[in-house]
Amino acid sequence: MGTAPDTLLKTPLHGLHKELGGKLVPFAGYDMPVQFGGILAEHNHCRSSAGLFDVSHMGQAFLIGPDHETTAAALEALVPGDIKGLAPGAMRYTLLLNEGGGILDDLMVTRAGSADYDGWIFLVVNAACKDADFAHIAKHLPKGIELDIATSKALIALQGPKAVDVISRHAPEAAKLVFMTGKRMTVAGIEGCIVTRSGYTGEDGVEISVPADKADKLARLLMAEPEVAPIGLGARDSLRLEAGLCLYGHDIDETTTPVEAALIWAVSKSRRELAGFPGSAKIVEQIANGVARKRVGILPNGRAPAREGTSVLDLDGNKIGTITSGGFGPTVGGPVAMGYVATAFAKIGTEVGLDVRGKIHPARIAKMPFAPHNYVKEL
Amino acid sequence: MSKYFTEDHEWADVTDGVATIGITAYAAEQLGDVVYVELPDVGKSFKAKDEVATVESVKAASEIYAPLSGEIVAMNEALAENPALVNESPEGDGWFFKLKLSDETETAPLMDEAAYKTFVAGLE
Repeated sequence: MGTAPDTLLKTPLHGLHKELGGKLVPFAGYDMPVQFGGILAEHNHCRSSAGLFDVSHMGQAFLIGPDHETTAAALEALVPGDIKGLAPGAMRYTLLLNEGGGILDDLMVTRAGSADYDGWIFLVVNAACKDADFAHIAKHLPKGIELDIATSKALIALQGPKAVDVISRHAPEAAKLVFMTGKRMTVAGIEGCIVTRSGYTGEDGVEISVPADKADKLARLLMAEPEVAPIGLGARDSLRLEAGLCLYGHDIDETTTPVEAALIWAVSKSRRELAGFPGSAKIVEQIANGVARKRVGILPNGRAPAREGTSVLDLDGNKIGTITSGGFGPTVGGPVAMGYVATAFAKIGTEVGLDVRGKIHPARIAKMPFAPHNYVKEL
Repeated sequence: MSKYFTEDHEWADVTDGVATIGITAYAAEQLGDVVYVELPDVGKSFKAKDEVATVESVKAASEIYAPLSGEIVAMNEALAENPALVNESPEGDGWFFKLKLSDETETAPLMDEAAYKTFVAGLE
C-alpha cells in the first residue's frame, strides 16, 4: 500500500510504531497506527492485560489563571460541567457547546493537584477538533486567563487491568490515584509528567502526558514490561464502542445536544439552575420536557455488524433512526452499535430492524456499556 | 481443475463447469479478522463483476464481486458459525460459494496463480 504523504503529521512515537510493525493510516491529519498484531488480538489484550496507545495526536492545553475559582469560571462559560467544584487533582468529562446547545467537542478537564499550580486546569481535546477548540476557547477567555497549548507534550494511554501495576513500577504514586483523578509526577525519572487514572476503553488505566522529547523513551520502557502490547486505532474504536463511549464527529457533533446524546450526566446539577453556559436555555428546557430523539445502544440479534449510517426501522419498516457507530464487539462476541432513535423507541428492549444492504436484520435497544466498566473508584 | 484469480483478490477453482469461489490469502490478510460473511442464496444468478457477497472484518465491510457469471449452487454454511475460517484457510475451508458457470470462456481474462503472485508483488 502507498506510503503516507509528507503532509501528514507524525507523533513522537511514529518511529516506534513503524518498528513495531504498525499499519499506518491517515487519521485527523496524523500518520497513525490502525493496528499492530490484529484488531481482535489487541482488543482482547487490552481487556485482559495492558495496552499501550499513542494518543499524542490529541490536543493538550493548560488554562492558567490566578486561582482555581477564576480559571474555572472562565471555562464554565463554555461548558456545562461543574468545574469550580472540582477538588484538587479531580478530573471531569465535559463538552464544549455552541449557542444552540450543539456539541463542539468533548474533552477531559483536570484541576491541578498541587497548590503550586493553583489556577491551572489541564485540558485534553479531540485531535480533529483541537485547532478549532483552542481558537474558540482563546476567543472567549476573559483578561487574566491564558490558554497555553502544550504542543511539546505527547500523550500515552496505558489501559487494561494490569496497566496500573505496570505504571506503578515507574511511578509508585500512580497507584494512589483513583478513577478520574490526576497528578503531576515523575515517571521513570522523567520530570513533569501528568498522570491521570482515566482513559477511553472502559478499563482501568492511566493516561500519561509526557514531554515530547521523552515520549519515545517512556513508551519503550513500558513496552518492555511483559504485560504491555501496542494497540492501534482499530481496537481503540472497538473498545470505546463496547464501553458505550461517544466518538466525536460520529455519535455527537454540532447537531446533537447533550440531552439527545444521553449525556445529561455531563450537565452538572449545579450548573442547570444558574444556566450560564452556551445553549443552556435550550438544554435546561430539553431536560425538563424531553427530546424527540435519543442516543441508545443497539444490539443486532444476529451476527451481521451494522455500521455507521445504517437505518434503524420500526417493526412496520418505517425509519426511526440511524446508527452512528457500529461494528463487531470482540468482548461481547457479536455485533454492537449505538445510534439515535425516536424517543418513543428508546426504551431498553424495544425491538427494531436494521437495514443492512437492503436486508432487514432484527435488533433491540440495549443498555450500554456492552462490556462492563472496570474503573477503580476507590482504593 | 484450474484456479483463476481476479484483481479484486477473489479466486475461482473451476471443476466440471462449477467454480468454487473465495478470497485470496492476500485479501484476508488485508481485511484482518473476519467476523461475518453475507452470502448469496442458492439458486440466485449473477453476472461477472456483480456484487455477490459481503465480508465484514472488525474494521470494515467489503464487497465481493462475482469473478464469473453463473448460478449459486452451494454456499459455505460453516462460515455462519465460524467466519474466522476466512483468515485461517482463505483458499481452503474458508471458501464462500459455488457457482455453476454459464460461460466458461469468461475465465480467459483472469490471472493464473503465477500472474496473480506477480500482481500482488506489484502492490507492495
